[in-house]
Amino acid sequence: MLKANGLWFRYGRRLPWVIENQTLAIAPGERVALVAPSGRGKTTLSKLLAGYLQPQQGQIRLDDRPLPSQGYCPIQLIFQHPELAINPRWRIDQSLNEAPRPSPEILAALGIQPGWLQRYPHELSGGELQRLAIARVLTPATRYLIADEMTAMLDANTQALIWQVVLEFAQEHGVGLVVISHSEALLGRICERAIALGG
Amino acid sequence: MRLSPTVPSRLSGFSNRRQHTLGAIALCGLFLLGVMVSPWFLSDAGLNPILALRNQPPSWSYPFGTDWLGRNMMVRSLQGLSLSLRVGLLAASVSAIIGTGLGVAAGSLGGWVDAVIIWIIDVFFSLPHLVLLILIAFAVGGGTRGVIIAVALTHWTSLARVMRAEVLQLNGADYVQISRRLGRSPFWIAQHHLMPHLLPQLLVGLILLFPHAILHEAALSFIGIGISPHLPAIGIILAESMRHLSTGYWWLGVMPGLLLLLAVKAFDWLGENLRALLDPKTSQG
Amino acid sequence: MLSISQLAIRFTQYDRGLRRKQLQVITDLSLSVEAGEVVAVVGSSGSGKSLLAHALLGILPDNAQQQGQVSFLGEPLTPERCRQLRGKAIALIPQSISSLDPLMQVGHQVQRVAQLAGASQAEARTTVGRTFARYDLPKSTGDRYPFQVSGGMARRVLVSTAVVTQAQLVIADEPTPGLHPDVAKETLQHLRELAQGGRGVILITHDIEAALQIADRVAVFYAGTTVEIAAAADFPAGNLRHPYSQALWRALPQNEFIPVPGSQPSPEALPRGCLFGDRCPQVSEVCQMERPPLRPLNQGWVRCVHAEG
Repeated sequence: MLKANGLWFRYGRRLPWVIENQTLAIAPGERVALVAPSGRGKTTLSKLLAGYLQPQQGQIRLDDRPLPSQGYCPIQLIFQHPELAINPRWRIDQSLNEAPRPSPEILAALGIQPGWLQRYPHELSGGELQRLAIARVLTPATRYLIADEMTAMLDANTQALIWQVVLEFAQEHGVGLVVISHSEALLGRICERAIALGG
Repeated sequence: MRLSPTVPSRLSGFSNRRQHTLGAIALCGLFLLGVMVSPWFLSDAGLNPILALRNQPPSWSYPFGTDWLGRNMMVRSLQGLSLSLRVGLLAASVSAIIGTGLGVAAGSLGGWVDAVIIWIIDVFFSLPHLVLLILIAFAVGGGTRGVIIAVALTHWTSLARVMRAEVLQLNGADYVQISRRLGRSPFWIAQHHLMPHLLPQLLVGLILLFPHAILHEAALSFIGIGISPHLPAIGIILAESMRHLSTGYWWLGVMPGLLLLLAVKAFDWLGENLRALLDPKTSQG
Repeated sequence: MLSISQLAIRFTQYDRGLRRKQLQVITDLSLSVEAGEVVAVVGSSGSGKSLLAHALLGILPDNAQQQGQVSFLGEPLTPERCRQLRGKAIALIPQSISSLDPLMQVGHQVQRVAQLAGASQAEARTTVGRTFARYDLPKSTGDRYPFQVSGGMARRVLVSTAVVTQAQLVIADEPTPGLHPDVAKETLQHLRELAQGGRGVILITHDIEAALQIADRVAVFYAGTTVEIAAAADFPAGNLRHPYSQALWRALPQNEFIPVPGSQPSPEALPRGCLFGDRCPQVSEVCQMERPPLRPLNQGWVRCVHAEG
């Protein structure tokens, strides 16, 4: 169970609160949509949950323990822009090895071709890079996956292909999903329930 | 079908841009290395006064002419430039090390360390460059040592700023933050994400520091608080020539001056080409 | 107004050291745009849709080579003519506010665009005033810097940059991602209005839903080729001709959400036959022999030997 209790967060001491007294709980294997008008802290909350930011007040607990401060984080966040998520000076293969290497079945299911591995990120398209960024976190150590507009930049076919793999993986390993998307159709397809921010 | 390359002119001369860049780098490197080691290959004969051949204008046997004692100006200029280059190399390297060290420390440690380093950089920037150079050179007693210390202590600031900005930007980059969440230690990240990015910056920064170091070394020597007048540094040669310019012996100043200009330009060109090659964004051009 | 036929673009890139390789990024693109219509160019990233915009504006990088025929208003669009026309007869609506100069007030920037397109300073000022008024931008917006305008306003400012030029052809490159659905809808509506005013509009997007909201015709790109040109109504009506466009429609979350597996072929090693061959359920021997040509079918175009009326 992933639980956030009374989270408060702001980016600076004189700036307004972005997250105010937010509490939520997500069970393993659950698929939850995070809903709020734009600019109301959806991305901030996902960064808090994945440990990219530290809340000023409140705690995030995974199975009643605080998040580990080092080592592989069991809660992983996928961003909208894959070209920022991969070191531009590394070959793809090196980036894939940054985390425990994903299984060949995952790579094949995502349509990742062996020929891509020796290339540099600027030689691949956004859709191809996003498949790699996702493959990297589809490992058994991942317990929760937060998708922040994960497929907003991708065409419908690549979007469906990526979600098919992610949903299958989540079901098989009991991974909880938190999904942010502007597309209501997509949220309706994927999620079982929605959490409205601030509510 | 019509074939229309977008920029035909640039493609026609050199079929391969990367060859062009590498060629420029090799050419500049060889020229500078040649100047630097030239004193060991030129005989000292050119330095002996031959009074019969005083004040000869440039000719085939004396491309740079001779001075008021009949010394070969080309040999003197090369000797002087070689000395200046070596002094510049040492000063620029020390400067680059200081700049990198402080810049990386400011960027990665942050907090009061960052504040102090930024403050020092701002102090250096707010003082007139040459005044500071003169003060430091004078304070440590002048001479070759004085020049090296003065140039080394005053030229690290801009590289430190660049390095600090690079480290801040890298630490804020998504892929570095993700790396941490993927379980990588700060040391691993510094080694694999930061170093490969900073090293080319350091190399290019160092090479682009040279021209400044050499020019300021020459400037200090020119006004008489740098390298001792007995040594034929390029600044000394130029200072001496000033006394003879009004008498029409233009080559005494112009020829060594041109050589200095060429050397500085070569460093600049070398640095720019190296940067173009090392940056993945421009290396495809 | 604009007609592109068999456009091909190849990049020469450095591999390791001095060895070079050829990347065929656009193989065979054909497209036409008439005055008063919105043509959407739909495809995945890497399908060559953004490069098409670059080619039309003459801003391809130096290592690109271009082949094929492009004509604009009846005359061939040479690199020189591109340079003359861009910003005047052909205008781009940039993807985001970051394309504007961050240190210059937006009103000045839009006015400069108008002046560069040939208007005098006084004319430009009145045009900008009129355009801002039309897009409900308060007068004070002109005095703001790009970082001070909100997302929705920023879009209207970007649309204004194209409107003040009187350009006959407007290219909008991915105008909707990252926008709130209402703002996205509004932006698309502005593009529609531009077409109603007699201009030709090319909407480049990966988002079919956005495209179908305003486009008259949709060109589907795949691996640097036009695989189909269809009327927007053909999508919901199920009249699509090419297996890839059918797959795109089927993959939408509101439809079946079922993808075709695999990925686009690499521009370094394109197959000899049909570029969609390795992912196509209908693939046969004929497809793998040679690349099918683009042919007319049911008032549209398709690049597939199996498609029937």
